Amino acid sequence: MNRGRLGSWIIILLGVMYFFVPLLSTFEFSLRYLRGVYSFEAYRIVLADPRFGATVTYSALLAFATILVGIFLVVPTAYWVQLRLPGLRPVVEFITLLPLVIPAIVLVFGYLRIYNSSSILPLTGAERTTDLLLIFSYVTLALPYMYRAVDNGLRAIDVRTLTEAAQSLGAGWPTILLGVILPNVRVAVLSGAFLTFAIVIGEFTMASLLNRPAFGPYLQNIGANRAYEPAALAIISFAITWACMGLIQVFGRGAQGPAAGAH
Amino acid sequence: MTFLEIENLQKRFAHTTAVEHVQLEVSRGEFVSFLGPSGCGKTTTLRIIAGFESPSSGAIRLDGVDITHRPPNRRNVGMVFQSYALFPNMTVAENVGFGLKVAKKPAAVIRHTVEEMLNLIKLPTLGSRYPYQLSGGQQQRVALARALAIQPQVLLLDEPLSALDAKIRVSLRNEIRSIQRELGITTIYVTHDQEEALSLSDRIVVMSEGRVEQIGTPFEIYNFPRTSFVASFVGTLNILRGQVADPARGKILVDGQEVMASRGLEHARVGDGCSIALRPEVVSIGEAAEDGNRMQGTVEDVNFLGSIVRIRIRFKDNAISLDTFNNPRLSLPQRGQALTVSFPREAVLALEAPSST
Repeated sequence: MNRGRLGSWIIILLGVMYFFVPLLSTFEFSLRYLRGVYSFEAYRIVLADPRFGATVTYSALLAFATILVGIFLVVPTAYWVQLRLPGLRPVVEFITLLPLVIPAIVLVFGYLRIYNSSSILPLTGAERTTDLLLIFSYVTLALPYMYRAVDNGLRAIDVRTLTEAAQSLGAGWPTILLGVILPNVRVAVLSGAFLTFAIVIGEFTMASLLNRPAFGPYLQNIGANRAYEPAALAIISFAITWACMGLIQVFGRGAQGPAAGAH
Repeated sequence: MTFLEIENLQKRFAHTTAVEHVQLEVSRGEFVSFLGPSGCGKTTTLRIIAGFESPSSGAIRLDGVDITHRPPNRRNVGMVFQSYALFPNMTVAENVGFGLKVAKKPAAVIRHTVEEMLNLIKLPTLGSRYPYQLSGGQQQRVALARALAIQPQVLLLDEPLSALDAKIRVSLRNEIRSIQRELGITTIYVTHDQEEALSLSDRIVVMSEGRVEQIGTPFEIYNFPRTSFVASFVGTLNILRGQVADPARGKILVDGQEVMASRGLEHARVGDGCSIALRPEVVSIGEAAEDGNRMQGTVEDVNFLGSIVRIRIRFKDNAISLDTFNNPRLSLPQRGQALTVSFPREAVLALEAPSST
């Protein structure tokens, strides 16, 4: 093995250790619930807790709603920017990056000021409307990932020519968007969707300050009061996120060959 | 009778005029090619006909109906793109049937038409394949079938063979022409390849810098180019510069040697500069017939091109290339050798505008 390759392997090893040592330590700690033996007792307790199921279900439902709203908002926007308004791309990219710059706590305080129960649009006045506000805030949080994923997908196909081909065959905008463009950026949309799912499942700030029973605040609550269960929850949370990443890989591999329009 | 009418079409972008006063009448079933270099406005004109661009002024009429401002999906115009533009998520059959599905035709009709179209393009067994499983030539045939399946009033082809290799290009070119003849569909074809335009078209529209330079049959365009641009763009051409010696008789002096043009030079005066054009294939080595032109020069270069040998002869400021068929018994002249060449008067084309080449 020459010196260059050895150096690469050392860097990879260091990277792997950086990510996996804390994870393995957390996993090892989560197995120590019973004194003197390794067991999955902490996992059993966590999974038996009705609040676990309730909060995971709540967060999963909100994640699906966030994904739907996100797709509805991002796909037509990214498509239109690519097709007709390429000059606006920097502006749209800047807007979509804002949630990475503005802390979630600032966003949620802004929401609380604008949508409190004595405002014109009192979304925080009822549980269902607060859920709605939470979905919209999650859409904002996931915007950088969803937009980038969809935009990359659109750049990989010849959007303009495919659109014109469909138009010349008599298709209107809904058919073009749903029948031609969306299926061809399916993998990109799914990538954005799974990233959104991973973000929403673990999100704490928004849900906590809007006082909704999401998985993030439950995780924090358990962490503050118990010893081994938070470690088990962290591992479960990682497993959910990794499952999402795995699904991206599976769907990515299942994608058909290169886009004809991009030849 | 005019089927497609392009009336005084103009298209301006911010600071440039892409199409300027384009006027064309196309008969039903006619095959018309727009020929010109990149940026000459041919594709923009085609895109205006398709409805993808709206003209700054002018009108497009199809079968007597003004379609200038009609959206592209309501024009009933089929389009074939250079990049094929097949929908990657659909099979060949789904691609071909897409337009019919959009038009909400019954499933049986769609199935039957798709079968018919796949037979027409000689790919009857590939209906279940995806575009990425086909070669470039096959993809372009499918694109053609997809455009024809909706039974468009006009078929538009935007450099459809440019992305293919030379052999496939020739075979698909012949196929396009035979399908067009079989269906009798009015066709507008955009290309920068003169050979394609000459071999396919009923008429050719030669464009340069947004303007129409000449409209005519391939025979007219090749043999009687009206401007120096057409003469130089279509085919290989020798352009010689000289001075008018006798305008009435069409006599010109090229590097001090007399050349007689096919006709008198209208509006020219003695001593005026002028340009004449000669195709390489009309020039031959040796003495001319009695009324033919004869010039003497020196062999500058001899290029062996397979079936043809191209010999370049320099006079003084001007040079000329001549083509002669290859023959194993041919004795080729040597570089630097003095040589007499001849060409008939009828082959000398006096050009309208002074040549810039």
